[in-house]
Amino acid sequence: MTAEIALILGVDGIATGAIYVLVALGIVLIFSVTRVVFVPFGDLAAFTALTLAALQSGQLPGTVWLVAVVAGLTLLAEAARLVRSGRARKIPSFAAVYFVLPMIPVLLCIALAQTDMPMAIEVILAVLLVLPLGPLLNRLAFRPIADAPVLVLLIVAVALHFALAGLGLIFFGPEGFRTEPLSDAIYEIGGTVVSAQAMLVVLASVVFMGLLYLFFEFTHTGKALRATAVNRVGARLMGIRPTVTGDVAFLLASLLAGVAGVLIGPITSIYYDSGFLFGLKAFVGAIIGGLVSYPITALGALFVGLLESYASFWNSAFKEVVIFSFLIPVLLWRSISAASHEEEEEEE
Amino acid sequence: MTALLEVNDLHVGYGKVEAVRGVSMSIQPGQIVTVIGPNGAGKTTMLSALMGLLPSRGTIRYEGQDLQRLDVEERVQRKLCLVPEKRELFGEMSVADNLLLGAYSRRYKSSDFQERLAAVYEQFPRLAERRRQQANTLSGGERQMLALGRALMSQPRLLLLDEPSLGLAPLIVREIFQIIASLRKAGVSILLVEQNARAALETADYGYVLETGEIAHHGPAQELLQDPRLMTAYLGGAA
Repeated sequence: MTAEIALILGVDGIATGAIYVLVALGIVLIFSVTRVVFVPFGDLAAFTALTLAALQSGQLPGTVWLVAVVAGLTLLAEAARLVRSGRARKIPSFAAVYFVLPMIPVLLCIALAQTDMPMAIEVILAVLLVLPLGPLLNRLAFRPIADAPVLVLLIVAVALHFALAGLGLIFFGPEGFRTEPLSDAIYEIGGTVVSAQAMLVVLASVVFMGLLYLFFEFTHTGKALRATAVNRVGARLMGIRPTVTGDVAFLLASLLAGVAGVLIGPITSIYYDSGFLFGLKAFVGAIIGGLVSYPITALGALFVGLLESYASFWNSAFKEVVIFSFLIPVLLWRSISAASHEEEEEEE
Repeated sequence: MTALLEVNDLHVGYGKVEAVRGVSMSIQPGQIVTVIGPNGAGKTTMLSALMGLLPSRGTIRYEGQDLQRLDVEERVQRKLCLVPEKRELFGEMSVADNLLLGAYSRRYKSSDFQERLAAVYEQFPRLAERRRQQANTLSGGERQMLALGRALMSQPRLLLLDEPSLGLAPLIVREIFQIIASLRKAGVSILLVEQNARAALETADYGYVLETGEIAHHGPAQELLQDPRLMTAYLGGAA
């Protein structure tokens, strides 16, 4: 490997890693607030890319029906729950937020899909369409079992992934799609070529990391989310509803998944089930951060991107093997450092 | 005068075991009422049920309203506030953030919030000094002060305190009880659960003795303090 190739692979790895960063941050965000390892997270990113591809080719994306189905099911389930607990009067306000609101981008999409739109509008529409899926799935699948052990939540998340992948096959079909690049420009920096697309990816992930930081550090809602993550009982005693913070966490994470989907669309062909592997790689990054630390997670995800890039040069058939084998030393190190932490706490 | 809190025939159980069996009590506005009793008598369980953290049978009326229909967050909204035995602070967040979240249910205007915060810092100067420090770096006494301060940020009408003196040095215990007594002057009613029976009864207006989930005795705090039977059982002999 020459230095030039190493540099190209490095740029490529950073760009992919930056996308993994967004997905990994979303996974950590959801886990810390709701204790759900949200396996279908990558699916949301893949669905955004597929939605954008459909919009760019002037077709109505299957996401429209997916969102409608999920919103309908959520409304039915929640209405039944409200009636059973004698709170039927709350159904209209629930329906307004969890059915009418998600249906707005759906209707917009149905009205605009066949028309010729500027790319920016298509991107926004694709993200808006996927945005409600996170909170809706939270209400539908996780809310009724919110106090269940982490393992049960994980099993439900895995089941949810398979259900979503199945629905994805129905609504998007088996073909793979690639979206148009957000920019074709290419620059030469420090002796290597860098595409504007790659720079945009890195820029977007830096911007969203910054926004997340500002949100958690300076807003009441952000602090309430952190409080829920740190101490659920304590948060409830302050009147912070874990169901509400959970929905906000899922909403933010959906936004991250949507942006990640928009960014990865032009880089690789996306199929209805591409999200799983995508999410799993980001999950490796999240594990490096112990599912709690945002900065370490970001570094971990970036490292996974670089590792993938170099591994695919070395032997592309084994790149996944290399990435997932990397989990073994990470988990060993994690369990050793966790054990020493526990000892410290016992001494207290 | 209607009672602030009126509990009637409260039963709380874990599965088949009933930890609280038929407890009735009432708290008048502005009163400090204490519940004393040995370990495992069901004191914490009772508070958890009053707050809605545990399901229970029986009636709980608060300001004349049936509390059983409301969940934890709705009870907080109605200015009922629990400071639990474990404090339940936000350990990885700063003292200032803990206090900010204490006011979460109130949606104060910024000026009202600042006023409230200044009042809490005035009551607990130690918290003001440590406002930027993470809650889990505080000492035991400071943690208890933060837990109390965080609760006071919401301007509670009824404060439920679970063993506020637990694990604290005697000097700090005295300070905590002084603060509790001063809260009454600020118009806060308090239900104080304590193992430290003497200090609790000396601070309170009325007392209940809880034994194996049932009320064994009750009466004005001064009378309970002079009851020779209680003296030997809970107060470590005659003073």
